[in-house]
Amino acid sequence: MDISSLRAQFPALDQQIGDYPLVYLDTAATSQKPRQVLDAMTQFLATDNANVHRAAHTLSARATASYEAVRAKVQAFIRASRREEVIFTHGTTEAINLVAHGLTAQFGPGDIILVDSAAHHANLVPWQELAKRSGARVVPIPLSADLRLDEAAFDGLLTENVKLVALSHISNVLGTVNDVKRLCAKARAKGALTLVDGAQAVAHRQVDVADIECDFYVFSGHKMYGPDGVGILFGRYDVLDTLTPLLTGGEMIKSVSFDGSSFGELPNRLEAGTPPIVSVIGLGAAIDFLNAIDRDALKQHEEELMRCLTQGLAAIPAVKLYGSAGDTRLPPENSGAVAFNLADEHHQDVGILLDKYGIAVRCGHHCAMPLMALIGIKGCCRASIGLYTSKDDIDRFVAALKDCAELLGLDD
Amino acid sequence: MSDIKPESQPQASDFAARHSASQDALRALGMQVESAPNWQEKYRALMLGGKALMPLPDQWQQDAARVRGCESAAWLYHHSLGADDNKRHYFIAASDARIVNGLIALLLGQLSGQTTEHICTFDIEAYFRSIGLEGQLSPSRTNGLYALAQAIKAFATQDPH
Repeated sequence: MDISSLRAQFPALDQQIGDYPLVYLDTAATSQKPRQVLDAMTQFLATDNANVHRAAHTLSARATASYEAVRAKVQAFIRASRREEVIFTHGTTEAINLVAHGLTAQFGPGDIILVDSAAHHANLVPWQELAKRSGARVVPIPLSADLRLDEAAFDGLLTENVKLVALSHISNVLGTVNDVKRLCAKARAKGALTLVDGAQAVAHRQVDVADIECDFYVFSGHKMYGPDGVGILFGRYDVLDTLTPLLTGGEMIKSVSFDGSSFGELPNRLEAGTPPIVSVIGLGAAIDFLNAIDRDALKQHEEELMRCLTQGLAAIPAVKLYGSAGDTRLPPENSGAVAFNLADEHHQDVGILLDKYGIAVRCGHHCAMPLMALIGIKGCCRASIGLYTSKDDIDRFVAALKDCAELLGLDD
Repeated sequence: MSDIKPESQPQASDFAARHSASQDALRALGMQVESAPNWQEKYRALMLGGKALMPLPDQWQQDAARVRGCESAAWLYHHSLGADDNKRHYFIAASDARIVNGLIALLLGQLSGQTTEHICTFDIEAYFRSIGLEGQLSPSRTNGLYALAQAIKAFATQDPH
């Protein structure tokens, strides 16, 4: 992999923070964007800007064609079988809310929603709200001691009353990867619907919804080198078609009168109002960018980086690693992110000091308070990589973290 | 702070005791940070200086005294003595993170025991800039110093006594 030529396409990475070159290790929060994405959005605004699906004029036709072309790109990118199965949303959070709201009428007392204990709040709170509306109950799927989904416990919880299983594909905190294909198959065998939060997965691996066989798969553009403001809800057609729209209004109707209105077909039925057109165009460019890269070689490169990262961290005596990354006897199975603390120091202190060295990591509860409670910490730091991350970035980060430990008086 | 039981918050004597025990060290901290030759030494001094803030006993770590807007937890208590132009304000504050504790120590070094006018006109941003800690007071920072500075000024202006 020629990382330096890939990296050169990301203008934001080329800057100094104080006296230090920027080391961006916060891709799990949002990725940087290649020039190709910035250019596509600027170009669209400069030449084709119009609302979609609305008018007979040339610009609108061009805008609509570009917008719908991205739907086809997304369909191919995740290997969905029909274009109508791809719904544009404003992000992963909206996509999950759209499903949770859309299923309300189908849920009732006695129904159970199983939720991954490592789930991001976006894949938990909407289910709690669905439970409140419907009388259903949210039950956490426990994690084992190494903070992986406890599959034996999952099997035990999977009864006929389970109506939906909500999983993360890759944990946004720990980087642990769930075998979503196997978990979804088990859920399906019991008649439960499945939703997989792929926000952390799409940038790191080829996603194939036909292979996973989930009912819903959701992700955001901004974590896969595209812009923010756009997300994708993939839904298996037969299930997607049963959702009650979360938003109603323009674009999604068949006919409207004061006596009543009827709704249109998928995908428009679930895309009320003007969609995030420019962001969709940017997402299309991000998919083109990723498609031009050898994804298998990239996955190997990222695995090598994760190995360097976890080994570098494990070699600092004060570092506490969480999840499977903490067990260096095993090959690292975590993808994209690693969570840590420096001894008992506050994660915020570590984050502030790393920033002084030009290093961007995320510090906090990472929108996963139940997981923090399970580990027994207030929060932690998370370093996450992207396709532009170099070995040099990892070395600078590990060296800076050693200096932070010394500044905090933790050197042995 | 009316919803905190009296025994769960510092008393007048606590403010006086802490002020007299630590104010010299807190005032000196600003000079130490200013004279440190590079950012590493500034932050080292800051974190060490934060220790001059005596820790808050558990019973004072009340939710109602929490300053919002901090990634770390920070608590702030206020007490005033005297009236009108002679009124002096005293503060007890601490955080569970070291750098924020150091920043609080710097703030209290400049503001604890001062008059309403001094506190209200004190340019905190300029002060941090003058000792080489620019950028820490920005509202976009999650260290909570901005919220803490606002809370201190609010106590000084809205003090009903």
